[in-house]
Amino acid sequence: MTSPVLELQSASLAYGTRQLWSHLDLAVAPGEVLAVLGANGSGKTSLLRAILGLTPLSGGRVLVAGAPARRGSRLIGYVPQLRRIDPLTPLRARDVVAQGVDGHRWGLGRRTRARRRLVDAALDSVGAAAYADVPVGVLSGGEQQRVRIAQALATDPRLLLCDEPLLSLDLQHQQAVIELVDNRRRTSGTAVVFVTHEINPILPYVDRVLYLADGRFSMGTVDEVMTSRTLSSLYGVAVEVIRTGGRIVVAGVPDAYVHEHDHIAQAVAP
Amino acid sequence: MRGENLINNPWAPMSSDIWGRIFDFSDYGELLVLVHNSIVAGAVLGVVCGLISTFVMMRDLPFAVHGISELSFAGAAAALLGGISVVVGSVAGSLVAAVAIGALGQRARDRNSIIGALMPFGLGLGVLFLGLYQGRAANKFGLLTGQIVAVDSVQLRWLVVISVVVLAALAVMWRPLAFASTDPETAAARGVPVRLLSPAFMLILGLTVAMSIQIVGALLVLSIVCTPAAAAMRVTASPVLVPVLSVAFATTSTVGGILLALGGSVPVSPFITTISFVIYAVCRGIAALRTHRGRQPVPLSAER
Repeated sequence: MTSPVLELQSASLAYGTRQLWSHLDLAVAPGEVLAVLGANGSGKTSLLRAILGLTPLSGGRVLVAGAPARRGSRLIGYVPQLRRIDPLTPLRARDVVAQGVDGHRWGLGRRTRARRRLVDAALDSVGAAAYADVPVGVLSGGEQQRVRIAQALATDPRLLLCDEPLLSLDLQHQQAVIELVDNRRRTSGTAVVFVTHEINPILPYVDRVLYLADGRFSMGTVDEVMTSRTLSSLYGVAVEVIRTGGRIVVAGVPDAYVHEHDHIAQAVAP
Repeated sequence: MRGENLINNPWAPMSSDIWGRIFDFSDYGELLVLVHNSIVAGAVLGVVCGLISTFVMMRDLPFAVHGISELSFAGAAAALLGGISVVVGSVAGSLVAAVAIGALGQRARDRNSIIGALMPFGLGLGVLFLGLYQGRAANKFGLLTGQIVAVDSVQLRWLVVISVVVLAALAVMWRPLAFASTDPETAAARGVPVRLLSPAFMLILGLTVAMSIQIVGALLVLSIVCTPAAAAMRVTASPVLVPVLSVAFATTSTVGGILLALGGSVPVSPFITTISFVIYAVCRGIAALRTHRGRQPVPLSAER
């Protein structure tokens, strides 16, 4: 058995008196896909922040490739949700990818041939070479997400954190994004943590599910977690899970848990 | 000579007089020596403002620039009244504004409302101080709308010192600042100290604005701290070409404006703002032509 890429050991996170989750044990193996589901405020984004080393845990440990999580780790690639980019943003697709390579370093930066090769290879691997020199602001949403995946893969990460990357994409582009992520996992053994509020698009690829709700969580295979019984006990009310035609429909989640999305750069709580 | 002209040409007696006050290139060589300081100041200012304006545009801060400049004006007016260096006053005012806007206005909407509240207050304070000031009227007017060319060597020394500080800070934080300005979430995920860079940039922006006020005046700062990069971004999306063009545009505006204003008796600022605006208009025109031809809206890209 290979050693896990991501490990949480009895991890807890609380803001003041509010407990987001506690005693979370988790190990994600190379090539494994873990879907993280849950309502807004259930701590999905905070979990990502903890893995990225941006938010300290209130208890327990996070290990990335066996070492404690630290900010700016090259072992982690991060794919955010689609955002509107101003058409005048002075960046071309290749510049976005280059930011993933060395955008976090101090100084002006040198434009070496090695860096350019790295960027070209990353763009090529997601099929974005054709618009490498096009300003990102004028690319379509699907094209932008391809570029963002190239950016995340530019450092050759062992762990890919996807933070609602399918949001506001049409079905066809959702599928393209999923296939790129799945392809990376299969060819390079990159582990994937996929935060989403909609499991159906990624259902065929998911190995395990972590479902967060109201300070509690449940983890296991799709068949174990996505059941009426598990979700009902998580939410404390009768929730019905219906599986139909390869899709999962969850009904009866209380209104208080409306799906919205936090931003990784914002403070989650005072 | 001009007097004869007035008599001999009854068709345009007024206008020739006005044009004569705006443009007058007699004794140009001698004047050029006298304003040597101003030209150096203009060039330095062009370089710093051209670079800063790139980030002002990326971070959507033109309104903040305006807010900072009004408080900088208040500081300068207070200094004039108190008999201390105007540069010290405007730097102090700028930094207070930059810190306030940076600390209270993390989100765009908060920021705009804070600036909206701060700006008239600063301008009002400035008007009060100027009202109390008994000295030369040219000094008063100059703070708002720019000097009539002359920059003394004390001012120039300040300008150079502040420029060196700003340029050094930019050189250190260029890459992470660009990352944080264009994609704060991913930058944070990659370990960029996004929350540290934001106030750091506001500080060097404050210094730049305080410096610009010495030449173009508080009301017209945007013409060199915003317009140059706004123009450059119309014609290229290359992160290298934008600052390069922006510096070229800003320097052309400042130095060109000073050279044109030399002989006339009006302040230098209208020349600077006009050149700056014409460059912007031309860049927009180029962008529109390209779109019209059905090409990418911003196709010009440097090799790398």
